[in-house]
Amino acid sequence: MADLTTIFAGRIRCPNPFWLASGPPANCGEQVMRAFDAGWGGAVWKTLGEPIVNVSSRYSSVDWNRQRMMGLNNIELITDRPLDLNLREISEVKKRYSKQAVIASLMVESKREHWHQIVKQAEDAGADGLELNFGCPHGMSERGMGSAVGQVPEYTELITGWVKEVARTPVLVKLTPNISDIRMVARAAKRGGADGLSAINTINSITGIDLDTLTPRPDVGAKSSHGGYCGPAVKPIALHMVQQVAGDEAARLPISGIGGVSAWQDAAEFILLGAGTVQVCTAAMHYGFRIVEDMIDGLSNWMDSKGFRTLDDFCGLSLARVVEWKNLDLNYKIVARIHPEKCIGCELCYTACWDGAHQCIHMDRVGARSGHNSHRTPAQIEAESRRRIAMTPIPKLDGASGNGAGPYATPLERIPRVDEVECVGCNLCALVCPVDDCITMEQMDTGRAPETWEQRMAALQKGGRC
Amino acid sequence: MSVYASDEFARRFAEIHPALGDQAALAEASRCLYCFDAPCTAACPTHIDVPRFIKKIASANLRGSARTILDANVLGASCARVCPVDVLCEGACVMHQYNKQPIEIGRLQRYAMDHYYGDGARAPFAVSTEKRLRVACIGAGPASLACAVELRKRGYGVTIFEARELPGGLNTYGVAEYKLRPADSLREVELVKSMGVEFRFGVRVGEGVALEDLEKEYAAIFIAVGLGPPEPLRMVDEYLEGVVDALRFIADYKVAQTIPVGKRVLVIGGGNTAIDAANAAKRLGAEEAGLIYRRSEREMPAFQFEFENSKLEGVRFYFQMQPVAVRADSSDARRVGSLECVRVELGAADESGRRRPHVVEGSNFLIPCDMVILATGQSRFLDFLTRVRGIQLSEGNVVVDPESGATSNPRYFAGGDCVNGGREVVDAVAEGKRAGIGIASWLEAQYG
Repeated sequence: MADLTTIFAGRIRCPNPFWLASGPPANCGEQVMRAFDAGWGGAVWKTLGEPIVNVSSRYSSVDWNRQRMMGLNNIELITDRPLDLNLREISEVKKRYSKQAVIASLMVESKREHWHQIVKQAEDAGADGLELNFGCPHGMSERGMGSAVGQVPEYTELITGWVKEVARTPVLVKLTPNISDIRMVARAAKRGGADGLSAINTINSITGIDLDTLTPRPDVGAKSSHGGYCGPAVKPIALHMVQQVAGDEAARLPISGIGGVSAWQDAAEFILLGAGTVQVCTAAMHYGFRIVEDMIDGLSNWMDSKGFRTLDDFCGLSLARVVEWKNLDLNYKIVARIHPEKCIGCELCYTACWDGAHQCIHMDRVGARSGHNSHRTPAQIEAESRRRIAMTPIPKLDGASGNGAGPYATPLERIPRVDEVECVGCNLCALVCPVDDCITMEQMDTGRAPETWEQRMAALQKGGRC
Repeated sequence: MSVYASDEFARRFAEIHPALGDQAALAEASRCLYCFDAPCTAACPTHIDVPRFIKKIASANLRGSARTILDANVLGASCARVCPVDVLCEGACVMHQYNKQPIEIGRLQRYAMDHYYGDGARAPFAVSTEKRLRVACIGAGPASLACAVELRKRGYGVTIFEARELPGGLNTYGVAEYKLRPADSLREVELVKSMGVEFRFGVRVGEGVALEDLEKEYAAIFIAVGLGPPEPLRMVDEYLEGVVDALRFIADYKVAQTIPVGKRVLVIGGGNTAIDAANAAKRLGAEEAGLIYRRSEREMPAFQFEFENSKLEGVRFYFQMQPVAVRADSSDARRVGSLECVRVELGAADESGRRRPHVVEGSNFLIPCDMVILATGQSRFLDFLTRVRGIQLSEGNVVVDPESGATSNPRYFAGGDCVNGGREVVDAVAEGKRAGIGIASWLEAQYG
């Protein structure tokens, strides 16, 4: 059985790497305790600071194909509860739950004494670590806090330094993605003495506009404001940024990965790119704390199946496989192969290849036109179908009307064929195919040794080739 | 309470496929894979662009969705209700090979069309510049309606002649009430009317108005007269009181409601109309409704899903029996009291591949009943058709070029049941549509 216990940034111990991210699910002690009961390994308390006043409404989302909340956007600020109440509840939680980690997220005015004070208060309350919120992209940034700090490496380094002057627990800096190169800020945090990084915070967004009222969402009295975007939609961006930081010598620190983690697979991916823990918010807001059960169970089962005993066994294993484009092998060749016994005849691969790729999938298994350049275009195929006269079959009177020729469940004429000579191996057809494993990408032996673009250019410069 | 009291009638004939709600329609529409050159579209005789109209439901463009349907099939609302989708669009859905759950295309189509009619049914088509030429359509059923729309789109004048008092043909008079109500059929006719199509009701061409007169006034004539009453079975006492033909029975319960339904009803026939009649008898209060078919379940021409549904409605099926005589009631010599049948054995397959029935001599027996409904295949309007000069018939059906509906007399075109021998509404619409286009190109070629 896999062991999920985690020691993060050297000193933060927790039974598993699943933390609630700083946000509505970790707003008060009662919530955090119920989350721990459900199995969460830690929680980053909703950002402490001078209490603010929030607006309503606060959230908006992007649905996709009837699935709710593929992406979630919020304009909620930091905690609106009195600081001493939050601190009392942190103490209470720590008294009752010794195994789980409680991290205090902090955001105060950019003054040294303010930071010193809140660090002391949070640690006195029993926090196991601190997370500096340099990422909040809305509202607080207009007041010179949040991403207003995180977007300027010098400020990040300076304030991290102030915190480190007094902090006794590990200090994590939460990075904003709303910057052109996240490594610049990560390096600054490291220079300031940070013990770890949390990445990423939410992404500036406008999720959409109500086409009746013409007001963007969320609607606050017929006005809106840009918010912070999170949820499954942002995971690819978050993974990339985690990889950038984890792969950068000057920024390398323990990372708590954040951004669209909704299932155990997401966690495994963040860890493979170097994250030590992951933080979850949207998924918990969508389905409740109970989702952590399958995150733990699924990750353990996957680790067992792969022979990983601890998280360290696979932490960062995929990092070395992310290289610059110039280091990819130009002679590696794959082509699409359609498995006709699995094909359902939707022809999505055909239309995708013709309109979106390289016109190398053809509908010519039956009645193939002779000659190489006589492949029917999508318009020709549709026109032929429309001209065909169809009639309601009365099976018992019309005699057996098979579903067309061919040995497969789908009529042969509806099963596309890949021209493997022309196929560039782009994956598009396999991506659009609704059937698992119906289109596979098969490696072809090109007979040529691996060669990167960099190598090819070097060889050309030496005049090795014409 | 009378079964014809409006509440009671509506309850007994509640729709078997109720409308989808907004959320259900969106969820179902979102399941559609949006196939290219979709098999559902190919399977539809009118080639409705199914993935396109479904995606428009998913994108909340309901007017666009309805327009997509109407472009291909002006009777999209009734076809959504009456089409045997299991053997058409839904039968062709690739989902059968995917997760075994085809998209509910019929109900989605109905959803879009209900929205269209609920939203005022604004004219879906532009009528091009008026041309001076006019076309006569004989019969106001689905084929003529579809034909008329294509002609009006192209600016030709159209008059539809109809022997009955109401338009719509079998859509109004002949479809099981739990699938399509007359009001829904008439609503579609209004749409056709709004395009400037003229209707003349109660006129039987060849009697009320002479063919020669039509030929003088109209540049082309479209024949869509459908089929006639059933062929007589030549049983003894076939015309006793209580014996009625299925289409008359169905039309009566739908629009006139004058024929009393018996307690023990026997329907003779094995097609979809026989099943409709038996189901209706049951719903109208018959204690027993039985269907008598001379071959077995395997040969019965009704759709499988209709057969399954009818069993659920409580209809009894008597296979391999052939009626030979209607016997009078012992207390009333004018009324039917029982049906005399003989048993049938099935021999070798005939040319249609179905096993040939052989009567078992001396196996006669009586089934008591107080109503007999005949649903054994309709006759052809041969009196009329043989009077149209120069059109060729085959087994009583008008022979046409399937692409244009042209008959062997260049001024005559034909479509619908009188051509195909009796198929579905959607087949009639498809034939009418092709004929409308065919007539327009012929007129264009003749008169410029």
